[in-house]
Amino acid sequence: MLPIFVIIPLGSAFLVPLVSRIRLSIGRVLSLCSGAALLFFSVSSIWWLKGGVKMYAVGGWRPPFGICMALDGLTVLMLVVVNIIGFASLLYSLDYAKRYTSESLYYTLFCLLLAGLNGVAISGDLFNLFVFLEITSIASYALVAFGVEAEELEASFKYLVLGAVASALILLGIGMFLGAVSTLNMADISRSLVISVSPKLVLYSAALFMAGFSIKAGFVPFHAWLPDAHPSAPAPMSAMLSGVVIKTIGIYALLRVIFSIIGFNAAFSEIFIWMGILSMAIGVLLAIGQWDFKRLLAYHSVSQVGYVIFGIGLGTPLGIIGGLFHLFNHSLFKSLLFLNAGSIEYSTGYRQLDKLDGLDEAMPVTSRTSLVASLSIAGIPPFCGFWSKLIIIIAAIQAHRYAGAVTCILVSVVTLASFLKVQKYAFIRKLKGAAQGAKEAPLFMKLSMLLLAFLCIMAGLFFIPVLNALIKPAAEALLAGKDYANLILGAP
Amino acid sequence: MSLYILCLILFSIGVYCLLVKKNLVKKIVGLGIMDYALNLFFILLGYRWNSDAPIMDKNIVITSFVDPLPQALILTSIVIGLGVTALMVAIAVRIYEKYKTFNIDEIRRLRE
Repeated sequence: MLPIFVIIPLGSAFLVPLVSRIRLSIGRVLSLCSGAALLFFSVSSIWWLKGGVKMYAVGGWRPPFGICMALDGLTVLMLVVVNIIGFASLLYSLDYAKRYTSESLYYTLFCLLLAGLNGVAISGDLFNLFVFLEITSIASYALVAFGVEAEELEASFKYLVLGAVASALILLGIGMFLGAVSTLNMADISRSLVISVSPKLVLYSAALFMAGFSIKAGFVPFHAWLPDAHPSAPAPMSAMLSGVVIKTIGIYALLRVIFSIIGFNAAFSEIFIWMGILSMAIGVLLAIGQWDFKRLLAYHSVSQVGYVIFGIGLGTPLGIIGGLFHLFNHSLFKSLLFLNAGSIEYSTGYRQLDKLDGLDEAMPVTSRTSLVASLSIAGIPPFCGFWSKLIIIIAAIQAHRYAGAVTCILVSVVTLASFLKVQKYAFIRKLKGAAQGAKEAPLFMKLSMLLLAFLCIMAGLFFIPVLNALIKPAAEALLAGKDYANLILGAP
Repeated sequence: MSLYILCLILFSIGVYCLLVKKNLVKKIVGLGIMDYALNLFFILLGYRWNSDAPIMDKNIVITSFVDPLPQALILTSIVIGLGVTALMVAIAVRIYEKYKTFNIDEIRRLRE
């Protein structure tokens, strides 16, 4: 059953431009249906996992020789996150993408993006992971530039240059492993690295992977492309970029390589923690002065991703659970905020906060859902962001990382201030300004925002079932570390 | 060993060209150099001195053969490189239409 996560979106990416020639609406419905099917299968994969780790050998060649696909707890978490946000963004696109002249190509690229993201999550082969990572990257470069305005092209080129360097570094790292152990299966590499490989080589390739994936994830020393690329994309694409792309091809791939193949140790822990603290602090400080709504959100992505990597870097079970839970929550509320920003831009034409005013009456759905998302990202109980930040802070104190814990709290306060500014200028403050006469967003955009807001509230109120069903298996998969090799090679 | 070092020097030239050059076309050429250096590196990984191609046949006795896996990987990698280059060229052409220049210093409409 595992290849279905790649077959569905890849198949619809092929079919959408063909059927769109007959009628455009068939293409739209087809891509939405594939999004819904993916969402269904990814949620049901939570139950598939109950019988232990699943493995699928492509073409019947068993793992050390052939390419395999593997499903463990971390993969399930990523699949669920990717497909929830993917479905919501596709639903949103039904109205939003009507502004583009070649709408069918938009859906094609979107399906390719989903295929790449699901492929990265499910692949058990290092080079295969790289191929899916490149599919994701190429689709997202193209989607960032989709509006072909001057700024969008410029942002896309910048993203492309840094993305190409990151991919080259990752490929070089894969080459190092290939030269050392002559295999590409992740489980087999992990097993072979224990025997007969010089630690210097492992360290060198770890550095290459770390640099490559950190560029893709936008951690602070490597974040220069992110605040340009994320705001320039179409709104549903921004939601995908901030919500899942940086997490799947950045954080997930990094964790898979560091935890399952190389083996997590104190040095990596130290690097993750400091990268996390830097990202949290610098991201939020850059965000506070922004007046462009989407750019502000992009800087907050840098900051919130810092929480994730900080929590995981603590290395304790509680820290990893907190980090992964924050990854899940961040994808929900940040996507929702980007969709809100998109619908404000859709109906008023502005993204500058100081030009907006009093949208609360004109756009009640956008206003209320953005309030939910703002409170979640700022960490106000009982919304979902509160619980994950609380878990991370408790874990940091237990691990005696007081500087990190204090940074978490301070950054949370500044985030709250920043989103109060958004609420005040965009929704509450009343002037007779340019935003007069704005209308509420169309039906599908409202539905998509309501869906995500509902999930935000549910993840906050029922955080214990979410932790048990999704986050704990993922944390166990990370904590198993190099046991990954035995789990995959011994899987039925 | 010296071959690997030459290969890494070529890679560094590519990265330098991609990141430091101001002209968009030169950046694209830099990307190409970087890709070729990586491809060469992979082929070198699979190469064995005085070996044959890994083709199985009744009449041929092969004592040692080159590793075919990196060659298969490089075919994929070349295709990916083609895709990225094509996209980059397309975007550079569009940028030229909007800004009337290839100089990255003059392409600054995004605010810092």
